[in-house]
Amino acid sequence: MSRKFLLTQNGSAVARREIPVLSGDEFLEELLAGLEGGWRVVSYFGAAKGVFLQLYCLLSYKSDAMLGAMSTVVTTGSFPSQVQYAPQLHLFEREIAEQFDIVFDGHPWPKPVRFQRPMASPPGVAPTVPNKIGVMDFYRVEGDEVHEVAVGPVHAGIIEPGHFRFQCFGEEVLHLEISLGYQHRDIERMVLGRASGLTLKRMETVAGDTTIGHGTAYAMIVEGLAGARVPARAHAIRGIALELERLANHTGDLGAIAGDVGYLPTASFCGRIRGEFLNLSAELCGSRFGRGLVIPGGVNFDVAPELAAKLARRIAVAREEVTNAVELLWDTPSVMARLEGTGVVSAETALELGLVGPAARSSGLNRDIRRDHPFGIYCMSQLPVETAKGGDVYARSLVRWLEVEKSLDFIEEQLAQLPGVAIRYPVGPVGADQLAVALTEGWRGEVCHVALTDQSGCFERYKITDPSFHNWSGLAMALRGTQISDFPLCNKSFNLSYCGFDL
Amino acid sequence: MIKAILARWKQGHRTTGYPKEPIVLPELFRGYPELDVAACPADCRLCADACPVGAIGCEPELSVDLGKCLFCPECVEACPHGGISYSRDARLATNRREELVVRGGEERRLARALDARMLSLFGRSLKFRSVVAGGCNACEADTNVLSTIGWDLGRFGIQFVASPRHADALWVTGPVTEHMREALMMTYQAIPAPKLVVACGACAINGGPFIGSPEAHDGVQGMLPVDLYIPGCPPHPVTILDGLLRLLDKMGEERG
Repeated sequence: MSRKFLLTQNGSAVARREIPVLSGDEFLEELLAGLEGGWRVVSYFGAAKGVFLQLYCLLSYKSDAMLGAMSTVVTTGSFPSQVQYAPQLHLFEREIAEQFDIVFDGHPWPKPVRFQRPMASPPGVAPTVPNKIGVMDFYRVEGDEVHEVAVGPVHAGIIEPGHFRFQCFGEEVLHLEISLGYQHRDIERMVLGRASGLTLKRMETVAGDTTIGHGTAYAMIVEGLAGARVPARAHAIRGIALELERLANHTGDLGAIAGDVGYLPTASFCGRIRGEFLNLSAELCGSRFGRGLVIPGGVNFDVAPELAAKLARRIAVAREEVTNAVELLWDTPSVMARLEGTGVVSAETALELGLVGPAARSSGLNRDIRRDHPFGIYCMSQLPVETAKGGDVYARSLVRWLEVEKSLDFIEEQLAQLPGVAIRYPVGPVGADQLAVALTEGWRGEVCHVALTDQSGCFERYKITDPSFHNWSGLAMALRGTQISDFPLCNKSFNLSYCGFDL
Repeated sequence: MIKAILARWKQGHRTTGYPKEPIVLPELFRGYPELDVAACPADCRLCADACPVGAIGCEPELSVDLGKCLFCPECVEACPHGGISYSRDARLATNRREELVVRGGEERRLARALDARMLSLFGRSLKFRSVVAGGCNACEADTNVLSTIGWDLGRFGIQFVASPRHADALWVTGPVTEHMREALMMTYQAIPAPKLVVACGACAINGGPFIGSPEAHDGVQGMLPVDLYIPGCPPHPVTILDGLLRLLDKMGEERG
């Protein structure tokens, strides 16, 4: 596994000058050889280097908890696409093409990602004006009885906006194309410059249902860049909050899955119990979504012994209620008949697309940042990684449920043994000319933040990769060959973020 | 089947009694701000400087703009004089943008009911069409919560519907990204008149944490006529429910 990558670890910062700058050919050779040798891309993005474009690639080697970084400089308006050899790169390349106005030669699917204005353009090239949102060449199937269904951006419920194009033969979906960007707020551009209080607020709302996941990743970036330490107690409190976030969302989604197959008991019960987990987050910090809890250097609020006892009591009650509600699913044949075999993503497809989180684990991929690149409390206290083989809606539901059980165990364990006293340490100034990378395991999967600082310690480039970035392609593949009426069910089993993707 | 019945019995009746009974909120919950202007030394701007979104004003004296406020703990932490604190009072919604600005010693302003004609139209049945225009999915989540058994919004005749043609009102969340502006306006136009607009959350009111975004519009101000502003990032479900019930004159037997 000896590669030309600069090796680093989750939450660490390295000097930018130490990152190898390879020639284009060497970079691509290393990239493909790395992927062949068991590395996986966690981030691949561009940053302006003078008038040129510098590409950075960060890869993960899970058995050694190792991250590798390398880069190359692109001086022309094009770069060879590697998607035919490594499909997991397909959206990364599209994103770089859109953000830096270059062409990936040979890319099989060169379409807009968010319809955003380029951050920079190659020398001598006038910046491309993006198409109007949603206007692009959608893949089309032709044939006498083939029809197209277009949905969105405004959907029927209280749901974020996105556009879905189904190519159908009768009820059967031949192909689904998902076109996003409606939630684009330009967060990556807004957080450039000196880190401030507002930067943290924007990180917390990259995807508001993953406030702790993204907030912790950002805090780790700042701590890495400043060389700051975090008290053990703060790590434990962050872990409790992250697992509460997972509990709320998994419980809500299990209820919603039940609702989508018309099984109302579990739908009703879980809808309420989800709220109880949100209320527990509010006990920690005043906000049901964990806003204001995680800050660089630690956490804003302590968990006093009385609060720990209160939380433990309520967790015990919630465990009983959620178990009672969810077990109904597995005992009801009409529910199981709808979940099993629906929306299958094979292990091969999941691996090729680079899926993450519960969606990957449900297709048999054994990956979880909490174990593979442990951070904070997870360095001390491990959670078992749950996987399933089917890759169908049932597998995704089952994995979510098994994770609920493990998160409950974890929280109980942490509440019983909160270490130390301090909850935050001071954080010095952010280091100059560095690259920091932080990965967390949000409830949807891997959250990746990468920051590049300039000579004055300001963010020159900040790259955010929400798990949804990896996983929307998985949903599109899950729909192939299923009935279009199964779309809501498949969609809910992934429950991906639009705003986390759109940034 | 018997298991489902037993579970139903075990899970019990869990719908909140609000507004007849008060809601107990967590100790750390940050609701309506309490300002002690007398505690502010001259020329002190500590809280205003600490506010990440510029919600706090000091001229001529301390004020908090709940339309911008993210209800984060920064200002309280920055103030050594005890001039600003947040109560557990979650009643925050108002009818007019300027009523969201809280000043020390001023009379409390809560949302007022619609006029008699609108009440006769919508008082017993109000259907919303939601448009998410750049929201982070937190306002959306806590709006969705109202339709669960924990809140059962339907018992007040309020419902979220799938088509703007079936709706009486538009429910806006998010700072209105440029990419959603047209879809938002088209949805508004598709709702038959007379119609209402609710701006739910700091983003929809004034841009929230995305204030100043080059790709968003700092909320619906100047774009749509708003009938109810619901502050918060995101608003607590009880803040949303309270605002709606006041708008529809359904507070009835309110306590406290």
